[in-house]
Amino acid sequence: MLCRVADSLFWMSRYLERAENQARFIDVTSSIALGYRGSEQALWSSLLHAGGDVEAFLQRYAAPTRENIINFLLFDRRNLNSVISCLTAARENARSVREALTAPLWEAVNRFYLRVRTDTTQQPQILKQPHQFLERIKRSAHQVLGVREATWSHGDAWHFSTLGYQLERADKTSRILDVRYFLLLPVMNTGSEQLDVVQWAALLESTGALQMYRRTWGPIQPNRVLDFLVLNPAFPRSLRFCIQATETALRSISGNTSTEPQNEAESLVAEMSRRLATLTAEEIVSTGLHPFIDQFQTTLNQIGAAISTAYFQIPTPE
Amino acid sequence: MPAKSARRRHNCCTNSQQQDDCCTNLALLQKIAFGFSQVQFPVTESAQALHAICAQCPKSRQQAYGTRCSPHSEVFRVTQPAPNFDELLTESGVPRHSALSECLAALSADVLAERQKLAEEELLEKGITFAVYGHDAGTEKIWPFDVVPRPIPAQEWQQIETGLKQRIKALNLFLDDVYNEGRILRDGVVPEALIRTAKTFRPECVGFRPPGGVWTHVTGTDLVRHHDGTLYVLEDNLRCPSGVSYVLENREIMKRVLPEVFEGSVIAPIDDYPERLLEKLLSTAPPEAEHPTAVVLTPGIYNSAYFEHSFLAQQMGIELVTGPDLFVDRNDTVWMKTTRGPRRVDVIYRRIDDDFLDPEVFRPDSMLGVPGLMRAFRAGRVTLANAPGTGVADDKAVYQYVPDIIRYYLSEDPILNNVPTYLCSDPKQCGWVLENLSSLVVKPTNESGGYGILMGPVASQEERDRCAESIRRDPRNYIAQPMLTLSTVPTVINGRLAPRHVDLRPFILFGEQTFVLPGGLTRVALREGSMIVNSSQGGGSKDTWVLLQN
Repeated sequence: MLCRVADSLFWMSRYLERAENQARFIDVTSSIALGYRGSEQALWSSLLHAGGDVEAFLQRYAAPTRENIINFLLFDRRNLNSVISCLTAARENARSVREALTAPLWEAVNRFYLRVRTDTTQQPQILKQPHQFLERIKRSAHQVLGVREATWSHGDAWHFSTLGYQLERADKTSRILDVRYFLLLPVMNTGSEQLDVVQWAALLESTGALQMYRRTWGPIQPNRVLDFLVLNPAFPRSLRFCIQATETALRSISGNTSTEPQNEAESLVAEMSRRLATLTAEEIVSTGLHPFIDQFQTTLNQIGAAISTAYFQIPTPE
Repeated sequence: MPAKSARRRHNCCTNSQQQDDCCTNLALLQKIAFGFSQVQFPVTESAQALHAICAQCPKSRQQAYGTRCSPHSEVFRVTQPAPNFDELLTESGVPRHSALSECLAALSADVLAERQKLAEEELLEKGITFAVYGHDAGTEKIWPFDVVPRPIPAQEWQQIETGLKQRIKALNLFLDDVYNEGRILRDGVVPEALIRTAKTFRPECVGFRPPGGVWTHVTGTDLVRHHDGTLYVLEDNLRCPSGVSYVLENREIMKRVLPEVFEGSVIAPIDDYPERLLEKLLSTAPPEAEHPTAVVLTPGIYNSAYFEHSFLAQQMGIELVTGPDLFVDRNDTVWMKTTRGPRRVDVIYRRIDDDFLDPEVFRPDSMLGVPGLMRAFRAGRVTLANAPGTGVADDKAVYQYVPDIIRYYLSEDPILNNVPTYLCSDPKQCGWVLENLSSLVVKPTNESGGYGILMGPVASQEERDRCAESIRRDPRNYIAQPMLTLSTVPTVINGRLAPRHVDLRPFILFGEQTFVLPGGLTRVALREGSMIVNSSQGGGSKDTWVLLQN
């Protein structure tokens, strides 16, 4: 497969996943903000922190109000991580490699973009009542995933797309965990015995994990929430699951059946995978969740760079 | 089911020449000329109900019982005063293809408008677009598609196909000769000076012979029909003709949005084009390649025909590459950069103009091409389709000599007509052109896409003056032709049918076994009275049907 095509498939997938996560985060935040007793502004600002977009936001908006933040995250084309920007980029990448996609997959991506673009004419209403719009985004994203699964050969192209999806997913789960956990901590530290179940449930819901968590663990306990989102081997948005899927995709691409990694990307992923398989939630809490996630994200960046070196950036030989 | 029963009824009426036969034709014609306003034609109506409808409409009754033919054509001419040839209706208003006409007649204006909308939505969702230059980068426009097909009778098509094969064969022999022995120039059939001054003549190709003698793997010849019914070759397009993807997609869209009009027609299939193209590309690979790899080379997503490039690559299952994806090594071998290392490339279906192909040889500022590609081509290590230098044979001044070229190499009379052409490079002809600008079409000899054309009869005095000035400055760069009146096909305009001018671009894959795609691209000028069919200038397209059985 052409290096350029692999690169575009990787980024197409990342942007699609980013758009979906953005929508889910906003949806959950809108929901818990209703009747919220803490600072609503802090709640909404946490979304900016989750995306690492605080500075970019403050350059353009006077105040972190709900509507400003939703607008920034959904419709602001100057924000490269807004839903509309992500979908534009995903579609542009898809368009440049549509011969490598199946026709239904290209059409699903194109339709996703066109629907959101059409919806932008309803911007004022959506800012007031975003739920239906966000629901449509999630559904379109799932449709793309379904078509991708059902129509596309699970060969190299599919694996490069998987790398994009999984790395982005791992990144987003870790970020939302980081900022929400931070918001929840003060409550825990005040010694209040009353656990804010609503908030913990919302954290799970941000990654669509609530139902699966309940079936696994039942009652909500902070360490188990942490365990579920970081270490669960079966939930498709846990860090461990994403890293394992990344490892499988990388090994399929290189055809590596040995125990030894074949390139820098494989070795980074293998190490992270081993670590997540042996850690416990208690260990993470005792050394601090924030430093743990910080390091996790640094590793994700290194993995991304290593994939690019191994497969996307082949220099022209002399 | 309803459409079927309706057809049976029509056939029966046509045979017996009953009164309702007359009503049927009238209704159809009114629909075409006036956009359905008078009589709506219910699909499931019985013959009695039809009479009832006609009876309710005094005007139609009066005409139906009046002279049988002439009022129809007059009705038609209301919207088209000039002498005209319509591809669907004869001058007396009788449908040339009854099954198609009846199917169309059975659709109400609302239905037709709704289907047109459906087609547009489908085009949008499938991302069937083209980019228009001069707009912002990335501006995509939906390919304008009209749901009324353009029919071509089998017998006429056979003539066209034979004529095209003859023409392309002669032009390939011409290219081989011009870049090698130059017999035709020495024999004085084509003036040597004309070739030497053609901007599209590539000295880099002198002495070169492509595998199988194939210079033009893909040709898209433009044909037009004058109002007297005669078909003419307007241009040969031997470089990177585009449009075939729209031919294939138009058919797909038609089948989805207007399945009922296919009833009662047997149409030549076109779906095998990608297969044939792939065969053609692989069969012209350098002989040394055992299992040749072919790719499509595109300038990128901002090119106006990008959709087509990606469509063809997808349909053939081969890689779509851009210049930077390829490199040429010291042994003049072409490689593409893949995630598993370099992979050898043997055939390049390039959709980049000669000028941008190789910055080592042509334009040094080209970012689209591949340095060293011409080296590899000349060394016979890679096949370029079409070969560089083919433009010299579709130079508009060389065009005039094509009938002579056919006679010279094949000792046959040309089957297809050439439009009479005046060369401004010839002082005598030039003088005549300058005196008669207001009745001529003037074209630059080395442009495509309809750019730089002066339509004398409709141009302003100022435009004509500017054109005359350009001709005087560089006579070699201009030719002139009489203004042809392109034939028309009914077209959906604002939910109604109205005649619009069309041309036809068949696609020819040349080689040992030459393949002509049945039909081709019918382009239609959507503006009333306009003859400019180029998509870059407000043209649309139609499905083209070669009728195997009428």
